[in-house]
Amino acid sequence: MSTVATTRTVPPLGGFSPTFLRLELRRMLRNKRAVIFTLVFPSVFFLLFGTDSSYKAESVGHGNRTAYIMVSMAVYGAMLATTSGGAMVATERALGWSRQLRLTPLQPVAYVAIKVAVAMVMGLVSIVAVFVVGHLAGAELPLGRLVLCGVLAWVCTLVFAAFGLFMGYLLPSENVMQILGPALALLSFAGGLFVPLDQMSDVFASVAKFTPAYGVGVIARSPFGEDGNVALAVLNIAAWAAVFVGGAAWRMSRDTQRV
Amino acid sequence: MSTSTPAVHVDGIVKRFGDVTAVDHLSLDIHPGEVVAFLGPNGAGKTTTVDMILGLTRPDDGVVEVFGGDARAAVALGRVAAVMQSGGLLKDFTLRETVELTASLFRPARPVDEVLERAGILDVADRPVGKASGGQQQRLRFALALLPDPDLLILDEPTTGMDVQGRRDFWSAIRSDAARGRTTVFATHYLEEADAYADRIVLVRHGCVVADGTAAEIKAMASGRTVRATLPDADVASLARLAGVDAVDVRGDSVILHGSDSDAIARHLLGHTDARDLEITSRNLEEAFVALTADDAPTTDAPTPEGAHA
Repeated sequence: MSTVATTRTVPPLGGFSPTFLRLELRRMLRNKRAVIFTLVFPSVFFLLFGTDSSYKAESVGHGNRTAYIMVSMAVYGAMLATTSGGAMVATERALGWSRQLRLTPLQPVAYVAIKVAVAMVMGLVSIVAVFVVGHLAGAELPLGRLVLCGVLAWVCTLVFAAFGLFMGYLLPSENVMQILGPALALLSFAGGLFVPLDQMSDVFASVAKFTPAYGVGVIARSPFGEDGNVALAVLNIAAWAAVFVGGAAWRMSRDTQRV
Repeated sequence: MSTSTPAVHVDGIVKRFGDVTAVDHLSLDIHPGEVVAFLGPNGAGKTTTVDMILGLTRPDDGVVEVFGGDARAAVALGRVAAVMQSGGLLKDFTLRETVELTASLFRPARPVDEVLERAGILDVADRPVGKASGGQQQRLRFALALLPDPDLLILDEPTTGMDVQGRRDFWSAIRSDAARGRTTVFATHYLEEADAYADRIVLVRHGCVVADGTAAEIKAMASGRTVRATLPDADVASLARLAGVDAVDVRGDSVILHGSDSDAIARHLLGHTDARDLEITSRNLEEAFVALTADDAPTTDAPTPEGAHA
């Protein structure tokens, strides 16, 4: 109404702002299911599978077996957190919220950036939670290496934020995580996060090296100075990142064209 | 008014979904300051047209301009805001958080409390959206649309889910803004809402405009009675001049007159012509609306004031 008086502009960064991020995070932390999945599950799994007294005594490189399993579970938790963060796009499209947002200046890229940022914060919280529980439950690894494990796990699970986005666009439904939850458990198993690959059959172990969780696991545990082929793991992550980011970008551009 | 840039300029837009043509060469100009009701039955193409005006859907053919430019740009700048039927809300935000989040996107934006207050949900603002009633959720959508202080407000079935008091408050807010010059377009299938609140009513059927006029004009068309008689070789011109006759239609040997004074029409037909088999039927507003928007309704007798194309 105030055509003359106001100068209208669009927001900087396409609408990406601390306010938006803060509100989204607050909402995420209120979601009991998300909190249980990403913060409680991985720690419980760790306590179930990683705290056997023989594991505490067994050394793995610079740490003990308990710490090794702790890092694997942190990767699993961060995968869950980032995938579900990425898949929020699907949920919000199914609810019609994206349509409501199209009545604002929010750019699709800024929207996705916010979702990824929220996913990454949840991933970080998940890693820290498992590490704190691990520390109390007898995981041993020098602090510097522990922090490095955490940072590597965190950065690498960015791949799974892209995975969540891609799957969210492919399976647009309110309950996409009901499909992705079991899928992630399967991928974690195949990637050697629950059971080390050397305890699997040769055929299975060699197939497992091509699955996306394998690369993240190996890199996150590399500070133990003990495990697997890091070069192969980097290649693994790069290839899957290309697939998921490319896929998400492709689906997203089709989605915004349709407006 | 007609010399300024129209708030909305729509020319010959077409939208098909598979075999269905939802909008069929619809043209319409809406001028700044007008309050226009977009009236039609479900499936008439109202929502699809609104989507195209907002740039949410691209027309297969034709032109859409909002304030002389691109619709998406006008939306991004907050010159146009809308309350959509299909706009979803997130259940785990509170009403206030939803408004805060949307406010963070507009430059400038009205204060959060102000729009909550104007939409009548300030007292329940800290309630989660999932626990708010349908009417409160609809008011929330309205609050969001008020944030950019838009020059043009588009409302698609805005009062769905509101109770009587809610509707009254809602329309009084709309009217007071319109009085200050805000252009308002609302799609509805409630004839009474269009009648009570619009300066101009655009009737849509099968994706095109079948009547376009002031509420009074549409009402005149929509009320009154229809007198049908068998009268071969009727003198259409002289019948049309009769007092109280607003439409004359000849179908074969039948003549169908529509007008406010059916007694006078009947008296004239029986007293001054050879008419026989006379029938008088009355239309209430609802029936008239149905008649005007029905599949076989005539479109030729629609009044079409300046700027409008039937």
